[in-house]
Amino acid sequence: MTSIILFAPLIGALIAGFGWRIIGEQAAQYLTTGLLFLAALLSWIVFLGFDGETQHITLFRWIDSGTLTADWGIRLDRLTAIMLIVVTSVSSLVHLYSLGYMAHDDNFKEGESYKPRFFAYLSFFTFSMLALVTSDNLVQMFFGWEGVGVASYLLIGFYFRKPSANAAAIKAFVVNRVGDFGFALGIVGLFWMTDSVSFDVIFAESSRLGSETMHFLWRDWPAADVLGVLLFIGAMGKSAQFILHTWLPDAMEGPTPVSALIHAATMVTAGVFLVCRMSPLFEYAPYAKQMIVFIGATTAFFAATVGLVQNDIKRVIAYSTCSQLGYMFVAAGVGVYSVAMFHLLTHAFFKAMLFLGAGSVIHAMHHEQDMRNYGGLRKKIPLTYYAMLIGTLAITGVGIPLTTIGFAGFLSKDAIIESAWAGGTGYAFWSLVIAALFTSFYSWRLMFMTFFGKPRGDHHAHEHAHESPGVMLVPLGVLAVGAALAGMVWYGPFFGDHDKLNKFFALPSHAAAEAGAGEGHGAAATEAPAGADHGAAEPAAADHAGADAGQGAEGHGPAVAPEGAIFMGPDNHVIEHAHEAPSWVKVSPFIAMLIGLFTAWMFYIVNPALPGRLAANQRPLYLFLLNKWYVDEIYNWAFVRPARALGRFLWKRGDGSVIDGFLNGVAMGIIPFFTRLAGRWQSGYIFSYAFAMVIGIAVLITWMVLIGGNG
Amino acid sequence: MTQTDLSVILPEILLAVFAMAALLGAVYSGKDKLATLITWATVVVMAVLGVWLALSRGGAETAFHGMFIDDAFARYGKVTILLSAAAVLAISESYMTRRGLLRFEYPILVALAAVGMMMMVSAGDLMSLYMGLELQSLSLYVVTSIRRDSERSTEAGLKYFVLGALASGMLLYGASLCYGFAGTTSFEGIVAATAEGAPIGLLFGLVFLITGLAFKVSAVPFHMWTPDVYEGAPTPVTAFLATAPKVAAMLLLARLMQDAFSQVVADWSQVLALISVLSMFLGAIAGIGQTNIKRLMAYSSISHMGFAMMGLAAGTQTGVQAMLVYMTIYVTMNIGTFAFILSMSRDGQPVTEIASLNMFSKREPLKALAMLVLLFSLAGVPPLVGFFGKWWVLKAAVDANLFWLAVGGVVASVIGAFYYLRIVYYMYFGDEGDALDGTMTPVPWLALMGSALLMLVGVVNLFGIEGMAAAAAAALVP
Repeated sequence: MTSIILFAPLIGALIAGFGWRIIGEQAAQYLTTGLLFLAALLSWIVFLGFDGETQHITLFRWIDSGTLTADWGIRLDRLTAIMLIVVTSVSSLVHLYSLGYMAHDDNFKEGESYKPRFFAYLSFFTFSMLALVTSDNLVQMFFGWEGVGVASYLLIGFYFRKPSANAAAIKAFVVNRVGDFGFALGIVGLFWMTDSVSFDVIFAESSRLGSETMHFLWRDWPAADVLGVLLFIGAMGKSAQFILHTWLPDAMEGPTPVSALIHAATMVTAGVFLVCRMSPLFEYAPYAKQMIVFIGATTAFFAATVGLVQNDIKRVIAYSTCSQLGYMFVAAGVGVYSVAMFHLLTHAFFKAMLFLGAGSVIHAMHHEQDMRNYGGLRKKIPLTYYAMLIGTLAITGVGIPLTTIGFAGFLSKDAIIESAWAGGTGYAFWSLVIAALFTSFYSWRLMFMTFFGKPRGDHHAHEHAHESPGVMLVPLGVLAVGAALAGMVWYGPFFGDHDKLNKFFALPSHAAAEAGAGEGHGAAATEAPAGADHGAAEPAAADHAGADAGQGAEGHGPAVAPEGAIFMGPDNHVIEHAHEAPSWVKVSPFIAMLIGLFTAWMFYIVNPALPGRLAANQRPLYLFLLNKWYVDEIYNWAFVRPARALGRFLWKRGDGSVIDGFLNGVAMGIIPFFTRLAGRWQSGYIFSYAFAMVIGIAVLITWMVLIGGNG
Repeated sequence: MTQTDLSVILPEILLAVFAMAALLGAVYSGKDKLATLITWATVVVMAVLGVWLALSRGGAETAFHGMFIDDAFARYGKVTILLSAAAVLAISESYMTRRGLLRFEYPILVALAAVGMMMMVSAGDLMSLYMGLELQSLSLYVVTSIRRDSERSTEAGLKYFVLGALASGMLLYGASLCYGFAGTTSFEGIVAATAEGAPIGLLFGLVFLITGLAFKVSAVPFHMWTPDVYEGAPTPVTAFLATAPKVAAMLLLARLMQDAFSQVVADWSQVLALISVLSMFLGAIAGIGQTNIKRLMAYSSISHMGFAMMGLAAGTQTGVQAMLVYMTIYVTMNIGTFAFILSMSRDGQPVTEIASLNMFSKREPLKALAMLVLLFSLAGVPPLVGFFGKWWVLKAAVDANLFWLAVGGVVASVIGAFYYLRIVYYMYFGDEGDALDGTMTPVPWLALMGSALLMLVGVVNLFGIEGMAAAAAAALVP
């Protein structure tokens, strides 16, 4: 069944991409969409029927070179199952939505075929993403990782006649290369240390990696930390974390369904998935985890601040995505991988919906994307409005404080903020709370500017604004249901209830005999079965179990990979601490949300002149935010321009003057000179020839006397 | 003179007797009417002798008290000489007939020259060396000026003769110096005399000997006759000059150096290295300025002789082997190329202007392709056999720590590639001009195609000459 899920999109992509001339444009679109829905249906069956036991399905041997072996296989565990439903659900809905959204496009000429290509790319992306999430080893994962990168490049640059789209596509590709370099180094490093790229082997060896050192660059480092940081650099690129985030806003040049699928719901979360997948390694890499928390919190805060002042509707949501990814990394960094996955899941629903809603608005407004030209659209496109409203309620985290009733974002985001507090880093906690305030502000700002107030901008566009067709509204509705309910349905297994969590992720909850990498790390796989209500009594039991396991293993025999989809070390009690967080911590994101909502309401409903005055008052700050902290400018100054200058130097001076100059000088100056000289000597007179012979013998005798006979 | 001695030099005797019998027979009968017959008879005799020698096995034998040596090295040289001389005669027959140049003396002189060359590669004494060399040279002087009514041909013959006489004089002077300081003219005696190191006078003699032979292989700075003689001589004679005599002289040089002067390798290897590098560069650079394809081939052969000498300069067994392989490949390429040059004509008149090849590929795609293969091979472009010849000698030089020589060889071959590629350029991308209209008779056509084909398929095992060359080199350098 999983094979069908994995390969259905590939078959769709191949047929639509290469065979659309035979089967026709319409058939190609319906075929890919249909295959995706099939995959989604099967994914849900797999997800709901999954018992938590990790399964390995080997399809074929892919690489066999020396000790490097990699199978093409499917690793089916809870992480994979979650990613399967996320990827296939969002992808199938986006396919459906695209049937309407891409029906007419002014970027292409009359009669020019672009739809099958678009659908083929979408399906190819889905296949690559599935290959990534189902992989059983790092090499296959890297294949998927690069495959989604290629698909992303192709789709960002889909409007290939727009120079800005091409530039954005190249930027995305190049920035991702930086991250991929880290990822590739990480893979090679892991292979070097463990002699394998298979997850099971690496997981089994990870406690050893935690205690060993490896030489990297100029000194020895703890191996697990180096490898963790390298992998995280890969994750930073793909998930647009601070420093490597610059490509994501520009990627909005692609068609809006692409933004929803790739740049909100799935591909950008691959980094989070990677960290969760490699949790056994990260559990032994405390410094790498600290870095993840720091980068994640910084990204959440930074992207939220930039989102405050953007005017392009898609860019606002793009920065919002960036910010939410930061949240997920904080959760993963403090060690509660389940919560990171929880937010990944809920975020996929509401962010995909926000993007598709934005696409619906853009579609209604004839490809106008500037929110300053919107206003009062509530009446024109009511269904889109309600869908966007649900999405906004979800992302801002509306719910009833101190209960588990609320929209998806309320539960998952609050879980992250509580975990951040429990993780003991004040910086992360406060960054996230303030980011929550900003999130609320910019989300409501988007809503107010788009749907409330008076129509602004081109009144012609407003008059012709129309609700989108059914194929675009159905996905919105489905995703709205997810955005509203996903949090409440899965709160328990992901975060709230410990027993359910253990069962959900198949963590060994009692005797921890499986771990046994020796050296006192025997209890590695244990997750103490400490519920929130009886946490005090259990650590002792956990310790006891650990001691048993330590005796059982005695450091002999091959190391065994920990059970379960994720791994939390024996000392990792963050999730219990999070449950015990004081009320003010639990309420704080809600209060932040209310402040953001109130401010947005003041700014954009009550007194629309206020934002302009504030911007004028605080002009430097405003410009700083509007220009995205000048990161692009700094990069331009620090990397792009030096690189171009170096390139120009090597081209003009190095290649042009030195190499061409040298060769041309030799070939067109020196050699012809000697050629003429030789021609002049060749006079045709016997006496000059004889003279040359006499001179020659004199030279040879001299040479013989001076040089020869040294041996 | 004993029975054994005669049996050792049986191939030479047979060829010489054949030549003299043909001369007598023709003079007293049909004279030039028999020229065609004698030509083909000579071709057959030389080819049969060549094949016979190639198939015969045996160790080293000497005759006439060490003056004549018959070993694997000599046999390798004789096979190459006889077969290439036969091939050149075969491709030139139709050209000579058409131009009315085919006199009955021509094949006989070629046969006598071949006898001289066979003598050269078997020489075991400075006397027999000189005898073979002069027999060869005198024959060549005459065939060069065989077109008596042509000013150019006569001039070429005269130049060749005067300068050749000068070179012979130097060689004789060197031989007398050697005799004076070693007290003997036999190679064995010279080896014995230099066992404790060579007196400076002997080394001077060595340099003069090298000079005389360098003239024959047209190595710089004794090359200056080459372009003029190549251009002036009738094209079939040029083809002959460019092939068999070069092999003979090069092998004789190898024999002299590795046999008689094997105790003073370090002395002569530097001299040969200098000559080698000068030849490679001058051949490459001066060739660029040529517009006449025969002159171009002259510079091409100067450059190629430089490369072959690089193998000798290494002073090792692999160096000699590399030289033998290189010379064989060089001869094969040159026969194909000259077969083509012989066919270059317009309105019945021979044409040697390179520019006349403009857009040749349009008219004769197959011949143009064969020439392209040969020219690429001459330039030493990798997949073809010509590259492997260069690779062998470069490897020998590197193994002998003559890095500067190897680097120089690579640079020179890059420069030299220019003029070969220019011909290709004319054939494939040149301007439309007066086209050639000459047709090819079957034998030259076969030679051209066969040679080009060998350049392509030879990469598999170099026609198996590698092993024979190795055996020959082992016979010379223990």
